[in-house]
Amino acid sequence: MNTPDDRQYRNTHEWVLEQDGTVLVGITDFAQDQLGDVVFVELPQVGRAVQEGDTVAVVESVKTASDIYAPVSGTISAVNDDLDAKPELINEDPYDRGWLFRIEPDGDLPQLLTAQAYNEVAEEEG
Amino acid sequence: MVDFAGWEMPLHYPTGINEEHLEVRQGTGLFDVSHMTQFQVDGPQALQFLRYALLNDAQKLRVGRAHYSMLANGEGGLVDDIYVYRTAQESYLLVGNAANREAVKATLGEIADRFDCTVELREDRALLALQGPGAALLLERVAQAELSGLKKNRLTDMTIAGAPVLASRTGYTGEDGFELFLPARNATEVWSTLTGAGAKPCGLGCRDTLRLEAGYPLFGADLDGTTDPLCTPYAWLVKEKESYGIESLGGECSRRLVGIKLNRRGIARNGYRIRKGEEQVGWITSGTISPVTREGIAMGWVDAQYSEVDEQLGIEIRGEVFPATVVQMPFLEELKK
Repeated sequence: MNTPDDRQYRNTHEWVLEQDGTVLVGITDFAQDQLGDVVFVELPQVGRAVQEGDTVAVVESVKTASDIYAPVSGTISAVNDDLDAKPELINEDPYDRGWLFRIEPDGDLPQLLTAQAYNEVAEEEG
Repeated sequence: MVDFAGWEMPLHYPTGINEEHLEVRQGTGLFDVSHMTQFQVDGPQALQFLRYALLNDAQKLRVGRAHYSMLANGEGGLVDDIYVYRTAQESYLLVGNAANREAVKATLGEIADRFDCTVELREDRALLALQGPGAALLLERVAQAELSGLKKNRLTDMTIAGAPVLASRTGYTGEDGFELFLPARNATEVWSTLTGAGAKPCGLGCRDTLRLEAGYPLFGADLDGTTDPLCTPYAWLVKEKESYGIESLGGECSRRLVGIKLNRRGIARNGYRIRKGEEQVGWITSGTISPVTREGIAMGWVDAQYSEVDEQLGIEIRGEVFPATVVQMPFLEELKK
């Protein structure tokens, strides 16, 4: 299981990376492996206001649909349009080219998990 | 790996479902479908037995040919869908679903008591499916067989890696291809020989997406114990004759099984509600994103009045209504004959 320590995590298997005052969100390597082949991603509208914990995207694999939650309240400022044609980017490169959306946060990030703490969560579920 | 009716089976091999799916549409894929239940029917009255037991008419089946059929349950529904292969004058091979093995065995056994024939469960044989536009060439090369004269739904004997193989030009993908019946002890070697010759290993996942694109039903999802086959796209196989359970099939069809295409990309999964306006008029039985067209495709049961091609419906997906259209199956233009 690959869990880079340059970013933070939610126990719902999203990773959260702060970048120039915005927050980039995707799903973890553990999550993509559990889901299996991703065949479709439903992304939010750019400009949508979201509250922390809202369902803002859905990642669908052959097996199941998985809700993706906003890690922080704010406004969706970008989505990864490449996933429309190539949803498998989430399986191939979950921490980079498989990113899901970017949020312009209203305030500070809430308390999130470190890579190590997330690994413990994942190990319990795996 | 997943548990499938007691069999441990791969959902996909390392490259994943999409790639396996596209390989079968463009090249050659190989499936191990040995979990399918094989029955052998032998005896002077094997034909009379099958004519009575199954809904299609084996009378029309000459030696060396195969067809699709179904077994009714006598209560207005089905026990299983079954492929029938006539291997000799008085011998037939029946292939049904793994999950229905005991039910099929019990029903066929009961009916067979009235005929001079035997029904035997064959557990000593493996079944591989070599599927895709490249399947015939690959098999000709590996088995040194001439297959250009072998039409769809026909059988021939061949040898692969020293093993005796009964090859049938049939499959569950919509592509050209072959089902290979062989002794279980030879399965590993034949598998290795075919993959070594270039066939790509394929799992249960793409088997499901391929059959759905082709408009083939899956028992347990699209068909079940309550299904009247006369209300499905497969009504053609029900032939007028005296057969087990046929009188309990009403054919009145208050609901129909149809193909559905989502107008906006999404996955309609088993159990999702189908709506016309505010009203629920049916439910989804199978659904996926077509790996070929990247559109949402599905099958579902719909109130008969809304089951005509081009009918506009809505599918409830996570509380949102996705617009959808009733379409003719198969979903892929290139598979329409």
